[in-house]
Amino acid sequence: MVTQVVMPQLGESVVEGTVTKWLKQKGESVQEMEALLEVTTDKVDTEIPSPASGMLLEILVPEGTTVQAGTVLAWIGEPGEEIPQGAVPIAQDLQTKPESIPQRSEVESGLVMAPSPERQVGFISPVVARMAKEHQIDLSQVKGSGQGGRITKKDLLAYLEARQKQEPAAVAAQPIWETPADGDLFRPTELVFGQPLPEVTAPTQPLSGRLIPFTTMRKAIAEHMIASKHTSAHVTTVMEADLSRVVAHRNAHLSEFAQQGAKLTYTAYFAAAAIAALKAHPLVNSSFTAEGLLIHPQINLGIAASVGEEGLIVPVIKHADSLSLLGLARAINDLAQRARTRQLKPDEVRGGTFTITNHGVGGSLFATPIINQPQCAILGVGVIQKRVVVIEDEFGNDALAIRPMVYLSLTFDHRILDGAAADAFLAKVVERLENFSA
Amino acid sequence: MDGTLPDQTLLEMYWTMLLSRRLDERAWALHRQGKIAFHISAIGHEAAQIAIASAIRRGYDWIAPYYRDLTLMLALGYTPREFMLSLMGKKGDPSSGGRQMPSHWSLKRANVISHSAPVATQTSHAAGIGLAIKLRGEDKVVITTVGEGSTSQGEWYEGVNWAAVHQLPVVFIIVNNLYAISVRQEQQMAVANAADKALGLGLPGVSADGMDFLAMYHVMKEAVERARRGEGPTVVEAKVYRITPHSSDDDDRSYRSREEVEQFKQRDPLVIARQHLEKQGLLTPSKIEEFEQRARELVEDAVRFGESAPYPDPEEAAYPVYAEEVPRA
Amino acid sequence: MPEITLIEAIRQAMDEELARDERVFIVGEDVGKRGGVFRATQGLYEKYGPKRVIDSPLAELSIVGVGIGAALYGMRPICEIQFADFIHPAFNQIVNEAAKMCYRSNGEWTVPMVIRAPYGGGIGGGLYHSQSVEAFFAHVPGLKVVIPSNPADAKGLLKAAVRDPNPVLYFEPKKGYRLIKGEVPEGEYLVPLGKARVSRQGEDLTLITYGMTHYYALKAAQMVAAEGIETEVIDLRTLLPIDRETILQSVKKTARALIVHEDNLTGGYGAEIAAILAEQAFMDLDAPIKRLAGPDVPAVPFSHPMQDWFMPNAEKIAAAIRELAAF
Repeated sequence: MVTQVVMPQLGESVVEGTVTKWLKQKGESVQEMEALLEVTTDKVDTEIPSPASGMLLEILVPEGTTVQAGTVLAWIGEPGEEIPQGAVPIAQDLQTKPESIPQRSEVESGLVMAPSPERQVGFISPVVARMAKEHQIDLSQVKGSGQGGRITKKDLLAYLEARQKQEPAAVAAQPIWETPADGDLFRPTELVFGQPLPEVTAPTQPLSGRLIPFTTMRKAIAEHMIASKHTSAHVTTVMEADLSRVVAHRNAHLSEFAQQGAKLTYTAYFAAAAIAALKAHPLVNSSFTAEGLLIHPQINLGIAASVGEEGLIVPVIKHADSLSLLGLARAINDLAQRARTRQLKPDEVRGGTFTITNHGVGGSLFATPIINQPQCAILGVGVIQKRVVVIEDEFGNDALAIRPMVYLSLTFDHRILDGAAADAFLAKVVERLENFSA
Repeated sequence: MDGTLPDQTLLEMYWTMLLSRRLDERAWALHRQGKIAFHISAIGHEAAQIAIASAIRRGYDWIAPYYRDLTLMLALGYTPREFMLSLMGKKGDPSSGGRQMPSHWSLKRANVISHSAPVATQTSHAAGIGLAIKLRGEDKVVITTVGEGSTSQGEWYEGVNWAAVHQLPVVFIIVNNLYAISVRQEQQMAVANAADKALGLGLPGVSADGMDFLAMYHVMKEAVERARRGEGPTVVEAKVYRITPHSSDDDDRSYRSREEVEQFKQRDPLVIARQHLEKQGLLTPSKIEEFEQRARELVEDAVRFGESAPYPDPEEAAYPVYAEEVPRA
Repeated sequence: MPEITLIEAIRQAMDEELARDERVFIVGEDVGKRGGVFRATQGLYEKYGPKRVIDSPLAELSIVGVGIGAALYGMRPICEIQFADFIHPAFNQIVNEAAKMCYRSNGEWTVPMVIRAPYGGGIGGGLYHSQSVEAFFAHVPGLKVVIPSNPADAKGLLKAAVRDPNPVLYFEPKKGYRLIKGEVPEGEYLVPLGKARVSRQGEDLTLITYGMTHYYALKAAQMVAAEGIETEVIDLRTLLPIDRETILQSVKKTARALIVHEDNLTGGYGAEIAAILAEQAFMDLDAPIKRLAGPDVPAVPFSHPMQDWFMPNAEKIAAAIRELAAF
């Protein structure tokens, strides 16, 4: 193995040095610690001991040359060993520079539009500007009692109080003689007497209310959703699945999984079933492109997670098809937790090939989820509910049973799949769940 | 076969001096190889430091050292591995967790207090520890070291004065290596011996040959016992020579001649100790080789250990600002 | 509740802590037999002896340095600097050693000590018996800086400072030593470090201050109340670490802030408070943040008309309140 000889940093503020004399020539052998060359800086003159034993294979910096600290001066190794070509000198980072943390400004610039030129409102202080925006106040209507007629916070508060008192006064209905008829002059008599008087409604007021600016996340969700609708031909097909075996399996394995550090949720089962179905129907694990249908070699499963009021995010389990139920459970726990605490890395929300969304957590039975572009389909999981179902016994007799049931809503892109293919895929998901064994 | 020290102790003293020397030399090499940023050497001071360590009750007495005290630290139980962590700024450095430059010692388990870079601040800390010991009626002793340049600081006088007035159990050691970086003793003080300053403060001042480990030991032992008996402080001057430049950044050729350095190298404390022990029959060539081999192994192990140790997380720089944050650290 | 002076409250605090914890001792110039030049330690030498109340040499640097050494060994020293004007020789020990000891040893060594000093002018002391020095130290992470304004807080804060495991600077407004009297609760009580107090509630503006100017601020608030201006007064009590919540909550309510201190204006601690308000309360401000402080001259002069020109008082504060309220 070859060893670099580097220009050391010979002093706290020294950044470069000059090679004054090579004490060994190329091809000579050298011992570790033996004096190899002499260098000089403006603070120190010194001998550099060899960092290794071997042959001096190559001298890169000749005598009389000045280089930066950290520059590779020479290579030592066994005779005939190859030296890395174009090797970038590794400057020794003897000081770590603190990373500058970008400041997140919480302050929004809410400058109020200059009101009509009839009145100069004078200096607007930050709190006045903020409150005016929040309450949709036209500052030209506000009387100022501050210095030079300036509008103070108190003035605003007084104005708001007064405005509140005025609002309940209902807008007077327009008198009937001022409302138009439909413009027809001579109508059949029977219609004249059969027809009720035209309804009078007050002209609409401009909408008032509280304006909440959009967060970055909300804007992103809005754009993605509308773009998805404009891209794919969304069709949803719904089937139901009997989760008896899943429930039994889960109950039997809860504590065992917990001991292994994984909270076993139903999501893990839906994930496993979806993966099995994707393996059986690879056309679904695809993306529509102008050139053709791109089928993805690996299954990267996205699990939609809510981040509270702010919105939702879809962390992706890469290579989900290589994970066991335990592995899936672990991955789901981890990503969900980190989604909640906003600790996901950018890589972890990209590259998905199929998505599952648990819309049932709020009680929803079935839904028409929107495809997560550029995927082919999305599986919605409704609420798991005990329902009465009709089962056949071995004699072909019908009986009633109470089973934990769930509706699975698959929205698919009809550009890629027809109903039959989509149903086959969904049926596979159902079949996998109903016959679950890990 | 020295009258006061058992043979085993003498051999251990030599061993520690040797280990310190080889570790020190390796640190210089690491710097010249561009692997560490800074080193400040104890070469030439080993005998004085081992004598200090041997004269106190290690693990019982308290120590307020300064940056050149590598041999003293090793004698107190500081390990070569720990030194490498500090040199390389790695996580787990017991002195500061990577916050201080190397050789800014702190080792609570050995009663070594943390010191800084403004010189002589430890002198009044030592007096304060001595005061606390005396208030509690205990028989511990505090030793503190400074270079002779530091005795020009007001800090030094105030600390020694306090101890003198209150008769505190402190030994103030001045390690006079003739140079405060480039400024020679004659430009630092008007007295011939740094120990003479003690007279002005009402204390005994004793100069010792700091290159001779036994001569230094005898002076130290007496000063420590005096303090322990409640007879008050002593100022001990160890006359040594700084064979290396001040630190890895210094070029000493601008302020002293090579002849002077060569002259003082004739009194290398390691050689003096070795010759003494050879004469006593305690050191043979094979024993010396055994020690050298062991030192090499420990040094190599320490370098490998330091190189493979992780750096602290950058976020560790945020604490501990207050004592309340210590559990986090 | 009994009513006592500020200096008596301080003395009581030290008496109680000496009795309670044998690790506590007092060291400083003239603290022993003389009982302190302001009598802050009166009677303590007789009560506790020369091992608990120690007369030091005339050497501020080592009063603090020795205190640090003793604290490292496990004691709890109360170091007295006779006048804050003389703390400067000890700056090296306070800033380079005490403040940094815990951090630089990665938490292995801590310095549980209190450094007390009388500060401020208005007592005919001239340049070297009147200085305010809190800004130098409130700038240093690792230190705590406490300034009481009344006897009840003074006693509780000093007791809390003695028990705090960090180095605490405790600056006492010397003009108020005998001038400021107040009720002090009976029995054992502490006032926590790091918490400000709203000493007067109001809607029209927030006045933030500490120490001697708090006393004048309350007087000024009374004066302007008669004119219909209601001032909310905040006594900071601890400068480092500062209680941001209390300050911000008040300014968000009143939308106007006036900061008052005796120390010179430029770089005085009020600048830090103003910066905090500008950063975190910008959208709630209805007026510029105002400071009323000592003028930027090297120190308080001796001759009393010149001294009075320098010193804040109730009238000057009232005028500043009126100006801010009218904006």
